[in-house]
Amino acid sequence: MLKKANAIPLYVFAFFFTSLTSLAKENQSGKDLKTEIKNYISHHLEDAHDFSLFSFTNNLGKHVYVGIPLPVILWDEGLKVFSSSKLKHGEGVVKKGSSFYKLEHGKIYKTDSKGKINYDENNHPTNKLPIDLSITKGVVSMLIIAFLMFFLFASLAKSYKENHGIPKGIGRFFEPIVLYVRDEIARPNIGEKKYSYYMNFLLTVFFFIWFLNLLGLTPLGVNVTGNISVTFGLALLTFLVTNLTGTKTYWFHILDPLGNSMKWYSKIPLYIILIPIELLGILIKPFSLLIRLYANMQAGHIVLMSLIGLMFIFKSWLGSPLSFGLAFAISIIELLVALLQAYIFTMLSALYFGFAAEDHEHH
Amino acid sequence: MVGAGLVVIGVGMGIGRIGGSAMEAIGRQPDAYGKIQTAMLIAAALVEGIGFAALFAV
Repeated sequence: MLKKANAIPLYVFAFFFTSLTSLAKENQSGKDLKTEIKNYISHHLEDAHDFSLFSFTNNLGKHVYVGIPLPVILWDEGLKVFSSSKLKHGEGVVKKGSSFYKLEHGKIYKTDSKGKINYDENNHPTNKLPIDLSITKGVVSMLIIAFLMFFLFASLAKSYKENHGIPKGIGRFFEPIVLYVRDEIARPNIGEKKYSYYMNFLLTVFFFIWFLNLLGLTPLGVNVTGNISVTFGLALLTFLVTNLTGTKTYWFHILDPLGNSMKWYSKIPLYIILIPIELLGILIKPFSLLIRLYANMQAGHIVLMSLIGLMFIFKSWLGSPLSFGLAFAISIIELLVALLQAYIFTMLSALYFGFAAEDHEHH
Repeated sequence: MVGAGLVVIGVGMGIGRIGGSAMEAIGRQPDAYGKIQTAMLIAAALVEGIGFAALFAV
C-alpha cells in the first residue's frame, strides 16, 4: 500500500516535466521568449474549449495539440452543438447551419465563410458573440469533482450505517475534517440551535473549493477556482442563503441598527448615512469572498508558472535547480493555501449565516 | 508599480504583526489556541485581500 502511494507523486512529476520539455521545444520557433512565457501563463489561467494536456511542434514545423476535445454549445438563433476539435485551436472555421464560427483568443465569434475577424481601433474584435454555453475545461473539472464528491460522500454515509457509526477506510481521513467544520466553524459562528440547517451547504462548499483548489495544483492545468465567474457563483450562493434565511432580527439590524436607543427624529440624520452603508454591506460581504478566493488562486498559479518559466530565461545549469527548488517550495505553500482558502470561505460564510440566523434573545 | 510594491510591503508587515501577536497570545493563553488561530486567520485573510486588490489594480 505504501509503495503504491509513493509512486503517485513520482508519476505526477514525470508527467509535469513532459509538458515542460514541450515548452522548451517550442522556444525554437524563434519568438521572443518572455512574451511566449507570458502567453503560456495567460493561456493557462483562462478557461478553454478543449481539455489540452500539452502541445509540441513536430518535425514538419506543425503545432500538435494532445488532449481531449469537448462539446461546444452555442445559442445563436437556435441551439448549435459541435465538437471543439473542429475549431482546430483557432485555425479552423466551423460551418453550422448557415453560420460560421471561429475561435479567437479563447472566445468563439460568428464570422463569414472565410473566418475573417474584424477589429476596431482598440484591437478588439467587432464580430458578433453568440451565447456560449459550452462545456469547457472548467465545467468538466467541476463536473468531475461534483461526481467524485457525490460518490465519495454517499459511499461514506453508507459505510457509517453498515459499521454502526465507526469510520472505515477513507472515512478515517474525512471524519475529523467534517467534525472540524461542524464543531469549529458552524457551531461557534451560527449557534447551537440553528447550525444544523447550514451544515450541508458549508460542507459542500468546503469540500468543493478544497478539491477544486487541489485539482488546480495537478499538472492537468485546470484553473477553476481562479476563475472569477466560478467564485462569483459560489459567493452568489452564500449571498442568497444569507439573505433568504435572514430572520426578522437580521433585517432590523440592517434597516434600524440603533433600535430603541434613540428617539425616531434624532435617528433620521444618522440613518441617511447608516442605512446605505448597511445595505452596501450586504453586497460587499459576498464580494470580498469572491475576490479573495479568485485572487488567491489566480496569484498562486501565476507565481508557480512564472517560477517554472525562469528555467527557460536563465538558460544555465544554475537555472533549473533554482527554478525547481522555488517551484517546489511554492507548490507546498499552495497545498496549504488550497486548504486555507476553502477554510476561510467556509468560515466567513458561516459568520454571515450567523448574522442572518441570530434571534432576539441573543441580546 | 511602485505603489503595488509599497502595498505588498504594508501587507507583509501587517500579516507579520498578526502572526506575531497571535503567537504571543498563544504563549500567554495556550488553552485558547483554537480561538486565537481562527481569529488570526480571518484577520490575515482580510489584510491579504487588500494586497491582492492592489496587485490586480496594476
